[in-house]
Amino acid sequence: MNRRLDVLVCSGAACVSSHSAEVKSALACEIDARGLSDEIRLVETGCMGPCELGPVLLIYPGGTFYVRVSPNDVAEIVEEHFLKGRPVRRLLWETPEARRIAEEKKQVPFFEKQQKIVLANCGEIDPENIEEFIATGGYEALGRALTEKSPEELIETLVASGLRGRGGAGFPTGLKWRFVARESGKTKVVVCNADEGDPGAFMDRSLLEGDPHSVIEGMTIAAYAVGANHGYVYVRAEYPLAIRRLKTAIEQARNAGLLGLNILETGFAFDLEVRIGAGAFVCGEETALIASIEGERGMPRTRPPYPSTSGVFGHPTLINNAETWGNIRHIVLHGAQWFAAIGTPQSPGTKVFALSGKVVNTGLVEVPMGTTLREVIFDIGGGIPNGKAFKAVQTGGPSGGCIPAEYLDTPIDYESLKKLGAIMGSGGIIVMDEDNCMVNIAKYFLDFTCDESCGKCVPCRAGTRQMLDLLEKITDGKGETADIDRLRSLGMMVASTSLCGLGQSAPNPVLSTLKYFGHEYQAHIHEHRCEAKVCPSMIRFEINPAACRACDKCRTVCPVTAITGKPGTPPYQLDAQTCIRCGRCAEVCPFDAIAINSGDLN
Amino acid sequence: METIRLKIDGREITAQAGQTILEVAKENGINIPTLCHLDGVEDVGACRLCIVDVHGQLVTSCTTKVGADMDVQTQTAPVKEYRRMILELLFAEGSHVCSFCVSNGGCELQDLACDLEMHSVRVPYSFPRNRIDATHPQFLIDRDRCVLCGRCVRVCAQVEGAHTWGFAERGSTARVITDLAVDWGQAESCTSCGKCVESCPTGAIVRKGASNAEMRKKADLVGRLTERREHE
Repeated sequence: MNRRLDVLVCSGAACVSSHSAEVKSALACEIDARGLSDEIRLVETGCMGPCELGPVLLIYPGGTFYVRVSPNDVAEIVEEHFLKGRPVRRLLWETPEARRIAEEKKQVPFFEKQQKIVLANCGEIDPENIEEFIATGGYEALGRALTEKSPEELIETLVASGLRGRGGAGFPTGLKWRFVARESGKTKVVVCNADEGDPGAFMDRSLLEGDPHSVIEGMTIAAYAVGANHGYVYVRAEYPLAIRRLKTAIEQARNAGLLGLNILETGFAFDLEVRIGAGAFVCGEETALIASIEGERGMPRTRPPYPSTSGVFGHPTLINNAETWGNIRHIVLHGAQWFAAIGTPQSPGTKVFALSGKVVNTGLVEVPMGTTLREVIFDIGGGIPNGKAFKAVQTGGPSGGCIPAEYLDTPIDYESLKKLGAIMGSGGIIVMDEDNCMVNIAKYFLDFTCDESCGKCVPCRAGTRQMLDLLEKITDGKGETADIDRLRSLGMMVASTSLCGLGQSAPNPVLSTLKYFGHEYQAHIHEHRCEAKVCPSMIRFEINPAACRACDKCRTVCPVTAITGKPGTPPYQLDAQTCIRCGRCAEVCPFDAIAINSGDLN
Repeated sequence: METIRLKIDGREITAQAGQTILEVAKENGINIPTLCHLDGVEDVGACRLCIVDVHGQLVTSCTTKVGADMDVQTQTAPVKEYRRMILELLFAEGSHVCSFCVSNGGCELQDLACDLEMHSVRVPYSFPRNRIDATHPQFLIDRDRCVLCGRCVRVCAQVEGAHTWGFAERGSTARVITDLAVDWGQAESCTSCGKCVESCPTGAIVRKGASNAEMRKKADLVGRLTERREHE
C-alpha cells in the first residue's frame, strides 16, 4: 500500500521536555494497532519553533499543525484525522490576534512573518537521516563547491554576500575566510562555535538538533576554501541531544563519503571532531574556546594574534558560529546576490532569534534582518500575555542591553542595536513586562557574568563583583545617591579595560538600564519604592479593611503567623514586622483584600 | 630586523619590529606600571595595569606589539584613572594590610600604590578569609594576599616545567592551586625550587619563618635564568 501521510513529531529539546517522546510512542502504538504502519510514516524532527505550545505535530500533506498534544489525544487524532480525514479542530492553533483557527501551518501568524533559511529544514526533516537532508538539496552546495568552484571564487562569493558572523560581533565572514586562506601554514583548522551560553538562547542548539548536516556541509565548504583538513565542533555538554544528533550526522556523512579522506572522490580530505564544553560561559569567547579545545583551562587570551593567524595549537583557525555555518550552503547554492538582497544592505540575510520571557509565543523564530523589534515581539511573538504592558526587551543576553518601549520600532541589525547600548548577540530576545523590576534585571544579568568571569583579568573579576554588590545594596533598600555614579564609573572602567568580550560587555545591562530606566534606580534609592513590586525589601503586604471578609484563608497559609483575626469578624490584621513577604496570603485571598505596596510611607 | 618609528607620549622613538610597547617604553626610560608581567615568562595581559592609549583604544602594553607610526599615550587622564581603579579593586578584593605582612617594604603591589598615588580605596573591602596553606616544608601561601597575577603558574610551567601551580574556579572565587587542588605539601609535582616564591609580587607565597627583612624577593631571578639558558 502507498504511503499517504507523513506525521512529523517535533523532537526539539523543548518538546522533548514536554513529553513529545510519549506522544510519539503512543502514535506508533495506535498506528500499528489500526494496521496503518504502511500508510503512515512517523518522523522525529528538530525544533519547529513555537516551543511554548509543545508537543507539536505537523502532518503532511495538508500541513495540519497540532499544538499541545498529549498521549491522550492520540487515539482521536488517528481515528478522526488519519482514518476519516477530519482534522481534530480542538488541537489546532487558535490565535487570538487573528481570531481564527489555523487550518494549516502556513496560516499561523507566528510563521507568516518568518523567512526560514537557516532553519528551513528544522522541523521538516528527520535530522538523523542523511537522505532526508540530501533530498532537500543537502550537500549539493558542497558538490558544486568542490567540483565547479575554486577556493578563491568561494571566498569572493562569501565576501560579496555580505554575511556577518551570527555569534554576535557581526564580523564579515568572507573577510575572516580570506584571512585564514592567506595564511601560509600547512595545517589549518575550522571550528564551529556552538557553546551557546546566554540565558534564554537556544538557536545553535535547535540548529544542531534539527539540521546538523547543514553545519557539517558549511564547515566542509569552508575547509576547502581556506585549505583546512581538520575541524572541531565545540558544543556545550548541556546539549546532550544536539551532541548525539551531531555525532550521528558526522558518522553518516563519513559513511556517505562526504567527510573523510576523499570527499566526493575529489581527493579533498576533511574530518570533524566533536569537543564538548564543560559548562563555562566564557568558552563561547573564541580564544577561551580554542584554549579549551587544546585541553587548557578555558581562559581567554589577548588578541592579536587573532585565531586566523594563531588559533588551535597555534595553527591558523577559522572559527564561526553554528548559525553562520548554517548559512553557507544556501549562499553557495543561490549566490551572493540572492543573499545580499535579503535583510538590510549592511546586515544582509536572516537572523534566528530565541524569543523568551513575557511573550505569548515563546520559541524559535527566523526573520530577515531589519525586521523591527515590534514585529518580532508583537506580530510573531503574539505580544505580552495576560494583558500586561510591555516594558523592555533585552537582546544579546547578559552581554546585551535593555531597550525600552520607545525604541520598539528599531530595525534589528548590528548597528541599530549597538547604537541603543544593546547588542545583537547570538540572538536571545527576552521580553519584559510591567512586573519586571529593571534594577533587579540588571542585577540578575550581572550576577551571571560575575559568576562566569574566568577570573583572569582584574576589571572583570573584581569590578563586576563590586558592581553586583552595589546593585544588591540598592535592591536591599540601602542605596545612596552616589551609588549611581559609582555604578556608572565602574561600568565604564570594566567595559574599557577588560581582556575579553565577556568583561567588555558585562556592564551593558547595568549601563543600559541606568540610561533608560534611571528613574527606577532613583525610586529604589530615594523612595524605597520598587515600581514592579519585585524587590522584597521594598514591598509590604497590607489588608484592605473594607474588602476583608474574614474568611481566614490568609491566616492559615501564613508561614510565620503574621496575620491575626477571628473568622467572621473582619478585618484581619497583618503585622508588617513579622511578615516575610512570601506573598502566599495575596495569592489565596478570594476578595483581593491584600494589597502589595511599595515605597516609603509619608 | 625591521626598524619601526613610533611615538610614545609625544617622543619620537625607534624600535625593532616584534617588540612590545612595554619593552620599548622600558628601553627608553618611560615607566609603565606592571604587575602580572615578569621577565622570562610569557605575557598574558591579566592585571590590565599596563594599559596605554593607542589611537584612542586602550590596550595592554605588555601584549601589544609596536607598529609603524603608532601614537602611544601612557599617561592620559582615563588611563591613569582606570589604573588606579584597578589597583583599588585589587586592594579591596584581598586582604592587603601592609603592617602585618612579611613583604612590607618589598611588595610590588605596595610599590604600585605609592607610584600611582593611591591615597584611599573608594570601594568597600571584601575581607576574604581563606585558609593559609603552610603544609609545604619550606614555603607557604596566604591566598588572601594573592592578586591572581598568575606569575607562579607561568614560572612553574614555563621555566621549571613542573606545572604544579594552576587556576581553579571562576570569578571572585578564582584561586591558584597546587596540583589538583591538594595541599601544597601533598603536591607531588612540586620540586620545591622556590621560583614561585621569588616571582610572587606580594606576600602571598613566601618562605616560612622568614622575617620581614629576610623576605626580600628576587623578581629578576627568572629573567636572568631564562637569559642564561638562551645564551647556552
